[in-house]
Amino acid sequence: MSNTDQSKIRNFCIVAHIDHGKSTLADRIIERTGLLTSREMQAQVLDNMDLERERGITIKSQAVRTIYKAKNGEEYVFNLIDTPGHVDFNYEVSRSLAACDGAILVVDAAQGIEAQTLANVYLALDHDLDVFPVINKIDLPSAEPERVIEEIEDVIGIEAQGCPLISAKNGIGIDEVLEAIVEKIPAPKGDPDAPLKALIFDSLYDSYKGVIVFMRLMEGTIKKGTKVLMMATKATAEVVEVGYFGAGRFIPCDELSAGMVGYFTASIKNVRDTAVGDTVTDANNPCKEALPGYKKVQSMVYCGVYPADGAKYPDLRDALEKLQLNDASLHYEPETSIALGFGFRCGFLGLLHLEIVQERLEREYNLDLVTTAPGVIYKVHKTDGSVIDLTNPSNLPDPSEIEYMEEPIVSGEIMVTTDYIGSIMELCQERRGRYLGMEYMEQTRALLKYELPLNEIIYDFFDALKSRSRGYASFDYDLKGYEQSELVKLDILVNHEEVDALSFIVHKDTAYERGRKMCEKLKEEIPRHLFEIPIQAAVGGKIIARETVKAMRKDVLAKCYGGDITRKKKLLEKQKEGKKRMRQVGNVEIPQEAFMSVLKLDDGK
Amino acid sequence: MMESKLFYMGKENRSLEIYIHLPFCVRKCLYCDFVSGPYGTEVRKSYVNKLLWEIDSFFEEATKESAEKYTCTSVFFGGGTPSILPSEEIDRILCKLKGYLVFDSPEITIEVNPGTVKPGVFEKYIESGINRVSIGVQSTDSEELKTLGRIHTYGDFKETLRSAKEAGFTNISADIMTAIPGQSAKSLERTLREIAASNLTHISAYSLIVEEGTPFYEMDLELPSEEEERRMYRMTGRILSEYGFEQYEISNYALPGFECRHNVGYWTRKEYAGFGIAAASLIGNKRYTNTASIDSYLGADHYETLKKLRTDSEELTLKDCMAETVILGLRLNAGVSDGDFYSRYGKHLRDVYAKEIEKHKREKLLTESDDGRIMLTPRGRDLSNYVMADFL
Repeated sequence: MSNTDQSKIRNFCIVAHIDHGKSTLADRIIERTGLLTSREMQAQVLDNMDLERERGITIKSQAVRTIYKAKNGEEYVFNLIDTPGHVDFNYEVSRSLAACDGAILVVDAAQGIEAQTLANVYLALDHDLDVFPVINKIDLPSAEPERVIEEIEDVIGIEAQGCPLISAKNGIGIDEVLEAIVEKIPAPKGDPDAPLKALIFDSLYDSYKGVIVFMRLMEGTIKKGTKVLMMATKATAEVVEVGYFGAGRFIPCDELSAGMVGYFTASIKNVRDTAVGDTVTDANNPCKEALPGYKKVQSMVYCGVYPADGAKYPDLRDALEKLQLNDASLHYEPETSIALGFGFRCGFLGLLHLEIVQERLEREYNLDLVTTAPGVIYKVHKTDGSVIDLTNPSNLPDPSEIEYMEEPIVSGEIMVTTDYIGSIMELCQERRGRYLGMEYMEQTRALLKYELPLNEIIYDFFDALKSRSRGYASFDYDLKGYEQSELVKLDILVNHEEVDALSFIVHKDTAYERGRKMCEKLKEEIPRHLFEIPIQAAVGGKIIARETVKAMRKDVLAKCYGGDITRKKKLLEKQKEGKKRMRQVGNVEIPQEAFMSVLKLDDGK
Repeated sequence: MMESKLFYMGKENRSLEIYIHLPFCVRKCLYCDFVSGPYGTEVRKSYVNKLLWEIDSFFEEATKESAEKYTCTSVFFGGGTPSILPSEEIDRILCKLKGYLVFDSPEITIEVNPGTVKPGVFEKYIESGINRVSIGVQSTDSEELKTLGRIHTYGDFKETLRSAKEAGFTNISADIMTAIPGQSAKSLERTLREIAASNLTHISAYSLIVEEGTPFYEMDLELPSEEEERRMYRMTGRILSEYGFEQYEISNYALPGFECRHNVGYWTRKEYAGFGIAAASLIGNKRYTNTASIDSYLGADHYETLKKLRTDSEELTLKDCMAETVILGLRLNAGVSDGDFYSRYGKHLRDVYAKEIEKHKREKLLTESDDGRIMLTPRGRDLSNYVMADFL
């Protein structure tokens, strides 16, 4: 395929709010362009991982190449690049977009524009992509395509009259979409004879081939034997294989040139060498400057991850090592907790990323984990002028050494129907949000703009948003930067002993409230012992809240009827099983679930 | 099963306790979670026939393994209210058992409820060989009896007791209940004193447990707090001892020498065979429980079918047997004798459970005598599940 005429290539992606039908449309495009028979189709071809299928979201970007014979009789090469749909992976989204020349905007005919729709479409426009809209789910009884078309034109300001009205699920209007791709997405440009310049938008570790690097060629040509240089990481390697993406498999070819999307392998051992956003060039004939927009991926959320069974520590280490081969955004380093023993402090892009890693560790590596409450990175400015990035609350220096602290702030946009503006504003207020403004999208919907501390939204903000708007609010955010803030460390003492794994950083104005709720929650979680157990919350050594777990007075089965010993034993076994899942802190046994208590403080609402 | 001999004391002189479940009652009590119900005469008749058939099937199979007969040390008719059944039916069951077992003056108990024993029936029981009666009185307070959904009065109890004694029963037990909704320390004391002064040999005093699936579970009851319940428990022991009743098990008290042999058999891991629905058995190293469904029980034509309907069937390992010996033994005030343990398993208690024994001694929940016997302390009895779980 090396001699494909650039004018016959279309590199594009699909952007949409979650559940508006992005993956289904991708499936239909792949199906109609015929490279796959229906039998080969899995329910959703692009989403490879089980987890992705279960959650109905795309975690990692993927790409697929198909051939389309257009009505004008010409054959076109379509490179469809799938983008992650979650704010945790915003940077990866931006690199995927940079690999495209255009985008299809999918909007649900019933729900209209949502917060993610806006965020993603603006991101696409920022990358100078040509965007054309598609109205999906027109077969729904509640579909209002005309209203949605108007909304797109009013709110986003792109032409929407006459756009394809489709039902991806039922295969309606797909041909129109295919023709629109040919007509509305521009062909790539770029000189195949110029020095090599390719953008890495994803990579994958394969135990046989090493890292498989996904790239979009902007200039030049790459083939077997090319000595490549990754311009940011400075890694070099000799290309073993180049190829393009068949649906679900890799198809080798002789060479790839400017305008094309494909992969190369070069026996690279670690995805860290092939960072997303980096520029690949020819080490012997490098391009003058790298492509813009490269960023080192930074963890936003940290938590402690410990094996439930201390003896499984080496297994956890091996599992993290293996996961990291494929996930450059996962960071970890060993740490020790008095309460939990040996484990790791792990860094994630966001809470979803954290959950995904945790689930993969538990499912794929069969590990039983205890995780501590997630926190963000605080900047601690010390009196000696140095600054430390604090990822573990236990490492907070003595208050006398702290000049001031800063916390990460995000700018968020919340799309909400007007009925719920009040309750959503109240929620943002409670979460220390700073109101920036509000725009009405149409009569019944508004876009609220807030600045919020990241540590207020990483736990249960999405859930709270959903429950307080009955599901009618959507949210998107961007990291804005750091701001000085009055932060304190909240410590929890169980039977007068500080439990390091339960400490967290909190704003001083909410410390009392959080401490009180935390004690109440722990009182529910910690079982009665032979003695009374005080549970206290403290800030800087001062107790601010207290609850007491009363001593156990009675634990006896009065009657044991007709020799039914088995039933009695089952009861005792259950009791013993429960004990196994406890952590001994001093002379108190704390259930593993208690270490996540801080996440559930809003349960009562 | 060669190794099975390791776990009990050989087949020579093998003794067996018998439990017969008769799931019939006049009306179900509000707290009752036992398998019982007010069935009609036809069902009762078919049930007894099926029960006799089960006894036949069981012993035919047992005889195949060993020609030597078991010696029967106790029979217990439990329910329900076994006294609802005509005394002839009880006699048929006992005659059936005598055909298969050597009866070496066993303890034979029948549970009765006040107001359900017709005149002349106790005499019939004596003729059949029954030598112990257990009367479910629960309380002497009429309000409390009403709360529990009992159908009798304290007067009915006195009447039943009188006719049992007149018929010649000398070994009589009464069941009472503590922690009844609305019960006060004062009313409990009255019940205890009235019952203890009734010339009985044995008293079982159970704290009410509200079980899922009973009407009590659905009701908004005012139950005593844990602290009150424990106070009542200690008061029970104190008052009963004034009348000569010594506690020998978590919920059981007796005049010296009148401990219930059948129940002590459970706690000392004697073999027992249970017949009828929901009846449990321990034979060799195997525990099992019959189906709780009367329809399935009546519908089983083959013994194999009945065996398939059993639940909680388990082969016990050596470790299970040792754990059971300790857990069950600790229910008795006498605790677990190291000598007995050693003669059964060839190991001392401390060879197996040193860590557990030390832990609970430290917590003052367990004591150990010089000859290695372990027993729960009074506080240990309050928290017995907590202690026992560690020996599993």
